[in-house]
Amino acid sequence: MREFTYERATSTLDAARIVTQLKGAKFIAGGTNLLDLMKLEIETPSHLVDLQDLGLDRIEETAEGGLRIGATVTNTRLASDPRVRRGYGVLARAIVAGASGQLRNKATTGGNLLQRTRCPYFYDTNQACNKRMPGSGCAAIAGVSRQLAVIGGSADCIATNPGDMAVALRALDALVETVRLDGQTRAIAIADFHRLPGATPHVETALEPGELITAVTLPPPIGGRHFYQKVRDRASYAFALVSVAAVIHENGSGRVAVGGIAPKPWRLEVAEAALPRGAGAVADALMNGAQPTHDNAFKVPLVERTLAYVMAQAKG
Amino acid sequence: MKDQRNLQLTRRDVLLSAVTAALPMVAGAAQAETIRSVTDVRKLPLTLRVNGKDRELELDPRTTLLDSLQEHLHLSGTKKGCDHGQCGACTVLVNGVRINSCLSLAVMHDGDSITTIEGLGTPDNLHPMQAAFIKHDGYQCGYCTPGQICSAVAVLNEIKAGIPSHATGDLTGSPETSNVEMRERMSGNICRCGAYSNIAEAMAEVARSPA
Repeated sequence: MREFTYERATSTLDAARIVTQLKGAKFIAGGTNLLDLMKLEIETPSHLVDLQDLGLDRIEETAEGGLRIGATVTNTRLASDPRVRRGYGVLARAIVAGASGQLRNKATTGGNLLQRTRCPYFYDTNQACNKRMPGSGCAAIAGVSRQLAVIGGSADCIATNPGDMAVALRALDALVETVRLDGQTRAIAIADFHRLPGATPHVETALEPGELITAVTLPPPIGGRHFYQKVRDRASYAFALVSVAAVIHENGSGRVAVGGIAPKPWRLEVAEAALPRGAGAVADALMNGAQPTHDNAFKVPLVERTLAYVMAQAKG
Repeated sequence: MKDQRNLQLTRRDVLLSAVTAALPMVAGAAQAETIRSVTDVRKLPLTLRVNGKDRELELDPRTTLLDSLQEHLHLSGTKKGCDHGQCGACTVLVNGVRINSCLSLAVMHDGDSITTIEGLGTPDNLHPMQAAFIKHDGYQCGYCTPGQICSAVAVLNEIKAGIPSHATGDLTGSPETSNVEMRERMSGNICRCGAYSNIAEAMAEVARSPA
């Protein structure tokens, strides 16, 4: 690990100011992904600003009847909150489908949204990777790409977003609240939060340098039956090959977001209109334009089958 | 912990004054002085309450919680397996909650209460989970065992607290201490000797016994 200095921020503005102004400074919350990458020297911050004393660890009801989840609320606390289990089952299900108990006890809501890809070529510092070293190329495209993206990628990057929580948040139309050093706050729709790689795979989110996530807000519960179906190589503690976050209403309408297949949680509202016509019609619309590799072509039919499984459960 | 921030600010001030003091010297010397200061990462003071005792430390901020226990406090029970949060051998309880001590910096835990395998029980006074692991042969080589036992103790607490898992059928109900629940919840602890079924048996016995 490279050397760094460390401090605990005393206010959100203070944290945003330091990370904006001090070159190489980064926020640290749970640290479960950042420290992993720092040990490999993929992340090399010169200064860490710890967010644990900022009071961002609360879950509050909003005036509209939704929930405001502080950025440092842990995955375990979020999935355990009775209001989340009751009104946002898809979110609780997605969280407990990810990582391990130990990691969920430390990983935070804001940090989870910022976790980096698990593309093996991003992790291997001997390989070309445009995300890790812009302009160096992408060894994954002609490499072993079984885990990687089948849609939304580019000629420069086919890494997937590895998250489960973010897929559920996309289905729930969450907002990501932030603050900048000048005190300006904004709410970014989760749909716009993660970027497609295009020619700049190292730019992964809509955040500006030093912009701090303070909370994630959920609109009021939308009812329906909630599902998070994750298909992976092991029964537990593995990243998704394909995952489906779905909220299905009694009349057959609903929302569907897919994980494990793209650089961001993959949801197309136009595909949801096809829900009454069955999984095949939804998957056709959702996967239109897919460009799988030889290794990961199986993911395209797997999306339809996982979706069919969820829709059968919704009827049962 | 507030002190640390002050210490950091002091350090910046020190760096600035070092540069200022070097100004009258030749440019090369001033540059050398600055570079030396920047790479000289100061140790930070912190207190960990480990197994009920306050332990004061001064650590390079890079020191993980795991290394602070093993290398600085000489508690060798907590094990380093993968050092990347994938195997669970380093599992300890922080304020009663299990985490991977390899993926956390010691300085992030100033003032926290840490329980390691040494704090759960002693050879003469075993924790019920330690006794159950022995009875059910919940290990072979033993390297992952401290992490398995810390995790197992925490898992039963998590189930009691109503924390759901991937194996929980009804999200609004109370999770059970079933075999499938315990296996799912223990999936972050790898045992390459493959003692899983016996570990689950040991946990089931502790779960059945009155608290």
